[in-house]
This record gives sequence, structure tokens and C-alpha cells, in this order.
Amino acid sequence: MNRLQWIKLSVITLCALSSIIFYQSVKAQEPVQLPTHAPVSSDGKNMVVQLCDGETNMEVKGVKPGERLSPDQAQIVSNQLMAQWLAKQPKEVTEAWMKENLIVKNDQKANAQTTSSNEQSAQDQPIDFTGRDYQMWKKELEQEVSYGDQIFHSDSLLGSTNGVACAMCHPHAANTHPETYPKFQIQLRRVALLRDMINWCIENPSRGAKLHPDDPKMRALEAYIMAQRKGTVMEPGKH
Amino acid sequence: MIPLKWEKRLQEYLQNRELWIKELYKAGSFWEGRRKFLKMAAMAAGVAATNSLLPHSFQLVDIVNAAPQGQQPFTFAYISDSHLYEKTLNERFVRQLERAVADINALDPQPDFVLYGGDLAQLAQPGELKLGAQILKQVRAPIRMMVGEHDWFLDLGDLWKELFGKPYYSFDHKGVHFITLMSVNEKDFWTAKNLSPMQRMQIVSGLDDGRQSSFEVGEEEREWLARDLANVSKTTPIVVFSHSPLYKLYKPWNFWTDDAEQVQALLKPFQTVTVIHGHTHQVLSNRIDNIHFHGMLSTAWPWPYAPQGLPKLTMQMNRPDPFNQTEGLGDGIIDVLGNGRVNKRYDLWNRNPLFVSAQYLDSNGASDNPSKTALPSY
Repeated sequence: MNRLQWIKLSVITLCALSSIIFYQSVKAQEPVQLPTHAPVSSDGKNMVVQLCDGETNMEVKGVKPGERLSPDQAQIVSNQLMAQWLAKQPKEVTEAWMKENLIVKNDQKANAQTTSSNEQSAQDQPIDFTGRDYQMWKKELEQEVSYGDQIFHSDSLLGSTNGVACAMCHPHAANTHPETYPKFQIQLRRVALLRDMINWCIENPSRGAKLHPDDPKMRALEAYIMAQRKGTVMEPGKH
Repeated sequence: MIPLKWEKRLQEYLQNRELWIKELYKAGSFWEGRRKFLKMAAMAAGVAATNSLLPHSFQLVDIVNAAPQGQQPFTFAYISDSHLYEKTLNERFVRQLERAVADINALDPQPDFVLYGGDLAQLAQPGELKLGAQILKQVRAPIRMMVGEHDWFLDLGDLWKELFGKPYYSFDHKGVHFITLMSVNEKDFWTAKNLSPMQRMQIVSGLDDGRQSSFEVGEEEREWLARDLANVSKTTPIVVFSHSPLYKLYKPWNFWTDDAEQVQALLKPFQTVTVIHGHTHQVLSNRIDNIHFHGMLSTAWPWPYAPQGLPKLTMQMNRPDPFNQTEGLGDGIIDVLGNGRVNKRYDLWNRNPLFVSAQYLDSNGASDNPSKTALPSY
């Protein structure tokens, strides 16, 4: 073959290769599907109500599908559904649920008191958040951070293929300095975010497959790393 | 058929390519020069013994000659913290240990002996320890082994002892009394929790895993140390090898020895004491009264500096570049001077060597300061 033919051949090969790579990258970009919940249809004579767990159902006798429940009926139905759900749970869950319910009741009492005192000083803004809100925020964040902690310390959860876990170089997420992002990283040829560096570490020292930015593992890793630097001053661009 | 103007451009490209390649060769000669420099730095190891002429930049030379000549100066080298997995799982750590072995074997003249500073294996698996032993057999100089927690907590040292002998011992070399300690004993945290040997090993292998106990030399070994030191003259220089730092730096990462004060008390009556320790994977210097402390570099990965408790005399090494996986790693040599004090050289791969001299520690940082880092740790 002469030079010309070589060039033609290499151009064709290059096109083929890059289209494969492009397809792979598009595939990797597909967003993560969050769990969905399809309620059961009330196709019989009576209305069927389903709990938000997607599993616990209840038939409301005497109420046709499409009719409205009265507030009292609705309260009875929801109480019975919750009772059904609780009966299926292990002891710890039941206990936690009771505890949370107690907080709600205390909130209601406290709110009643605040409302009466608010009548005296009309300038005060009403309190929107209850103890239950605070508890939920804390619990949810802790769960996310704790999942991130597990991934950060486990080469297998991270998807490492050579036994290298994040914490092997970054005990307690030291030297991950999330507060310095975004910053320009010439090696990545762009302004890098924390997740870009996480993915760099996954692909290189740990020899794993990089995570989609919305991957639950990526989100948990970011949560853990940030939580370790709580109170640190933000310094984007610091090298 | 390619249009004529494309044919012309192709010609241009081919011409330019020639120029490019020439440029690249020029860049190559830069690396060649750097390699020669590093080789020269390695040669400084032999200065004490040979008094050969060397470039001005090696302060080491003057210090060696200025030291009172109580005994014959000599040099030993070290390799530490290789954390080997089996080669099929992680080849990089294996290559890095082999690189350190090649570094030390290239030293001319050869060091009197080589200290292996512990954590040869990552999870104390037979495949890991045996692989390490096989690679270390290639070291030309005699080797002195020390154990680390990663070698120990699977079978509590059974295989390590079988391969390398006693975990703590002493020996004399050219007028210096050397002591190797097993400083990474931990109080039993596993029996009550009914943990398997592998679970125990995995907990200990996590630097920030708070489920483990703290490192300690332990009572039995301290008694042995007291007996060993009873026969040594107070003027004899002493060099102690311990895997963990023999002082209290940062407990959450076990940069720590729980009975450090008791061990230091045993060493206090001696005029000249130096501790060389592993575990911290970084340039680390300290002085407590008569005792000088030096850390060792790892061949596997560098640790960050502890967020608290860093000794004032520590001149930090530059932050390792995460885009280069051999950054912050290396090996090094220790020159034992005529007065029994030591000059420590950290041979950081990809970087100029870093010197921490006896004079620097003796003067509490007043003179002979190591070069400062451009970017301290976060």
C-alpha cells in the first residue's frame, strides 16, 4: 500500500474507534433511575388504598373507586395502613417509629404554646420547622455520610480492582481538601470539581470504573468528604 | 485522490514532525542530566568513608568531617512500608519495592547494611510476605528486618517470624549499639468481639479505624530492653529502630506509641540516642532531649501530615502530586557520624533528596535547616 492508502485506512479505523468510545461515554452518562412506585389499581367494587412503601394495601369497603374519603374515614384508613405496616417491621423499627411519633406529639404541644405566645407579639415570625424536621435532616445526612464512609474505606465497594481504597492515602479524608474546589487542574484540562478528582482517583490509583456524577456512591463519597471538613473556610481555586 | 493542497500540507507536517522529534530528544537530555545528578547524590552516601571530592551542594560532607571522630563513620540504607499485595492484584506496589531495591543496590560504595522498616505486606497474607521476602533477597548488602502491624495481625507474627526471625533484637556495629523493637503490639480488642484473624487484620490495616487499640512496645519487651541496655556503656551511641514513632504524635492514626515515655526513660541515661521509625510514610523529624527521631519514606503511598501534634522541628516534604503515583515515595540512607549522631537523607523519587542533619536537630533548628517546602499541607 502507498502512503495515501495508509492514510485512508487509518482515518476509517479512527472513525470507527472514536464512535465506539463516544457510544461508551454516552452510555456512562445515562442518569441513575430513582426508585418509582406504581399504586395498585382499584378495579374492583371497592377503593384500594396503598401505603407509600408500595406494598401495604387496604380495601375500603363501601367506598367506590374515584369517590372521596371524608377526613374521618381517611384518618381511619391511614391508621389501619400504618398499623399493618408496623406489624410487619422488626422490633427496632417499631421502637424508632414510636419515638418519632412522640417527637411529633411534643412538637404539636410546643407549636400550640408558640402560637398562643405569638398572638401577644405579632411581629414574631411563625416557626415553620418542627423537631421532627431537624431530626429527619440529621438522620438523612448521617445515613448518607455513613454510606460514604463505608465506600471510602472499602476497595470492593469503591469498585477498585487493585485493593487500593480511598482511606489508604486519605485517613479521615485528610488531604482531600474539598474546600479548594473548583480549581483549574492542568492535568484534567479544565476547572475541576471535587467529583472530578474522586473519579480520577477511582480510575488511576484504584483502577476502577469512574462513577456517574449522580451515582449514589459518588453522592455519598462527596457527602462523607465534605462532612470531614465541616467548618473549614471555602477557598475555591486554592492550590 | 487527495487534492494537491492536502498533499502539500502532509509534506509540511512530515517536515515539522522531524523538528518535533529533535525537540523531544533535547528534552530527553534534560532527564539524562537529572538522572546523573541523582546518581551523584547517591554517591554522597560514601563520602564519609571515602573523603572523595563532591559538589558544594552536599552539606553532608562538611558535617561528617567536622564531627569529632569518636569512631569510624559509616552508612546504612533503608527501605520501608511497601504494603505488598500479591502481584496479580496490585503490580504497582511490587514494582515500587523493586525500584527501591534497585536504588539501594546502585549505591556505590554499598551501605554497611539495609534496614527494612516494616509493613512489607498489606494484609499479612502468606503470598504477600513470601513475595516480599523474595524481592528483598535481591538486596546486595546484608538486611536487617523490622516488623510492622500489616505483617503481624493475621497470625500474630507466626509467618513473619518463620521468614525473618525474631521481631525484636539488638546488635553492635562499628561501635554503635543497634536495637530493633517490635513497637506495634496492640491490646486484645478481638477476642471479646469474636473477630476472625482476617477481620482483626483488616481493622488494624485501616489507619483511621478506631476499633483497634493503640500501639505499644509492651511490658515484656520493655523488660528485655532494660536488660539489654544494662550491659551498654552510657557513652555508646544508640540507634533504635521502631515501626511506630517512639513518641506521641497523633493517636487517631496510631502515629503513636502508648508506652513511649517508658521507653524514652530507658534511653534517657545514654548520651546519644537516635530513633528511626516507619509507619508515617513521610519526612518527619523530632527531638526529645537526648533523642533524635527520623521517619522513613514508604514505597507504597505517602500519608498526609497529621492535623495536630506535628513536631516543631519537622520540615514538611512537598505535597505529593496526585497525578504522579510515585510522588512522596522513596527510600534513603543514614550516615552515622564519628560522634554517633546521624545525618538522614530522604531520597524522594522524582525530586531532589532532602537532608535532615544531626546539626539541625542538635541546634534545635537554629542551623543547617533543611530546605523549606513551597506548599505546606492543607
